[in-house]
Amino acid sequence: MTIFVNADTRVLVQGITGRDGSFHTRQMMSYGTRIVAGVTPGRGGERFDGTVPIYDTVADAVRDTSPNTAVIYVPAANATSAIFEAADARVSLIICITEGIPVLDMTRVMPFVRERGVRLIGPNCPGLIAPGASKVGIIPGNICRPGRIGVVSRSGTLTYEIIHQLSTHGFGQSTCVGIGGDPIIATSFIPCLEAFEADSGTDAVVLIGEIGGSDEQQAAGFVQRTMTKPVIGFIAGRTAPPGRRMGHAGAIISGVEGSAGGKIAAFEQAGISVMQRPADVVPLLEERL
Amino acid sequence: MNLHEYQARELLERYGIPFPSGAVATTPDEVRAIAQRFAGPVVIKAQVHAGGRGKAGGIKLARDPAEAAAHAGRILGTTIKGWTVQRVLVVPAVEIASESYVGMIVDRGSQSPVLVVSPAGGIDIEEVASGTPERIHRIAIDPRYGLLPHQATALALRLYRDPAQVRAAGDIMQRMYAAFYALGASLLEINPLATTPQGALVPLDAKLVIDDNELARRPEIAALRDPAAEDASERLAREAGLSFIKLEGSVGCCVNGAGLAMATMDLVKFYGGQPANFLDIGGSSNPQKVVAALQIITADPAVKAILFNIFGGITRCDDVANGIVQATRELSLKVPLVIRLTGTNEVEAVAILTAARFSALTDMDDAVRRVVALAAA
Repeated sequence: MTIFVNADTRVLVQGITGRDGSFHTRQMMSYGTRIVAGVTPGRGGERFDGTVPIYDTVADAVRDTSPNTAVIYVPAANATSAIFEAADARVSLIICITEGIPVLDMTRVMPFVRERGVRLIGPNCPGLIAPGASKVGIIPGNICRPGRIGVVSRSGTLTYEIIHQLSTHGFGQSTCVGIGGDPIIATSFIPCLEAFEADSGTDAVVLIGEIGGSDEQQAAGFVQRTMTKPVIGFIAGRTAPPGRRMGHAGAIISGVEGSAGGKIAAFEQAGISVMQRPADVVPLLEERL
Repeated sequence: MNLHEYQARELLERYGIPFPSGAVATTPDEVRAIAQRFAGPVVIKAQVHAGGRGKAGGIKLARDPAEAAAHAGRILGTTIKGWTVQRVLVVPAVEIASESYVGMIVDRGSQSPVLVVSPAGGIDIEEVASGTPERIHRIAIDPRYGLLPHQATALALRLYRDPAQVRAAGDIMQRMYAAFYALGASLLEINPLATTPQGALVPLDAKLVIDDNELARRPEIAALRDPAAEDASERLAREAGLSFIKLEGSVGCCVNGAGLAMATMDLVKFYGGQPANFLDIGGSSNPQKVVAALQIITADPAVKAILFNIFGGITRCDDVANGIVQATRELSLKVPLVIRLTGTNEVEAVAILTAARFSALTDMDDAVRRVVALAAA
């Protein structure tokens, strides 16, 4: 079993004709993801690579092809508009890959998305992959293996590093979810942990956090209160200086709460096994399973 | 992006925030002329991106134009927390009866802008937060409706009892909210918001930080960036599209992805080394970016060895390998290089590097151990 996506997931690609959108649509299709439609305003009626129908609007695409997931590769200047459009068409899962969306735009997106009852993942995230079933986003398929470990992370390449460790040591993944590195992300760790806890195909969860904000502390609280499955945690940025934005807009230490030390302490208190380094993920899983 | 106080005042005045008059100067003679025009005591304020300017001697009161020029002579050209003072702001001195704090930030928890006030103004708000948190009051604003009048009034009543002052403070808060969205701010502070003995409210200092992601659609604000207020290597990195932060150690790091870059720095420390920098070359791997990254890292004389840690996803390892070969041809590297590549086009990358007499590792721990040993040798 998987969380959020599965082999039946019907994906709509917003920005399908762009440089990133077209590249990653081909990657998703060759992985076996069911891409049912694309949207690029002004290109309606064409077909992407001769197969996938392109529409001018999300509403048109939804009417004809009934997708249940939208993935957004639209550049930052228009990405907020793409989220509003997908939520307005009631696409139940929206994944925004785009990096560089202004934070104040997200303050307006959030109530709109909540009111319509749809789930948004991201922005500034690598998306998700259920190995062997569906890949929605940009996580490289070749490093993943089907299996029973859930992965949830604020990062991109660091997640790939840890997935790679898992796959090469015989730990396949049920689903890997990248939730995004921005200060405002729509889906935090907790809904992912909740879904992994409920998923009969997941035995343990790897939670990858970083400096900035307090999402990791809240996740630790959730793990302590409700989770029965083992959780292995990592926090990037032990050596980061306070007050400096470390690449991700959300990765900035302001106050004790945002520091690696504060997050690691919260993990340990919640019974999460903490990795000192990415390679520790395998021995810690072996110990807990 | 941080703005200087004088720039923040100019922008905020457009939204009707009532700053007292003021003028910017770069020489003591200009300061003297401005002080003559204001005809009374003035305050000279260093314009640098550093907190604690007053304690560092960057803010001085002058009774007359001669004293103003003398203060300016001492302040201009000095360094405050590493930054050279190139400009001062000259404002008429205001008699102060009380000082409050009014600020606005984007709060991650409530995913909305939050208005923060405190009657303990004039000092760093972090100090108030840690020492007397009960003196800080905050309210989250729903962006669908904006700052509602009763919210502004409730917070203004935490600062003032006089109805005219409450109205004036509420008005300033409304203008701050309008400016916050209009300017694409991530932080806006008026500290202190002073009262005079006659009861007038006077904003005496402003701090404004613009979300970097807003700059592409606000070229007018992007143009306010002061190149002198930025570290030279960090400016080069920004222009090359790299994310770079200089640190104190001896192991130069060049990594793709912010999370992996932080984890690499942490692993350097884990194996007993000290990272010299944070550097994220980003998702798409143009060989030219690799050249720029190596230029920036090697410009730091403290760097004794350099580590490349690339996990190819969107980034293609062969692009990075080509960049390394090209850069080392152009730069004649004086320190050893350790290269770790894995993922997309790894085989091609190893072939390119082997032909150029480099060796590449595939394991992150092996690579970090080796670079730490080389930096210590």
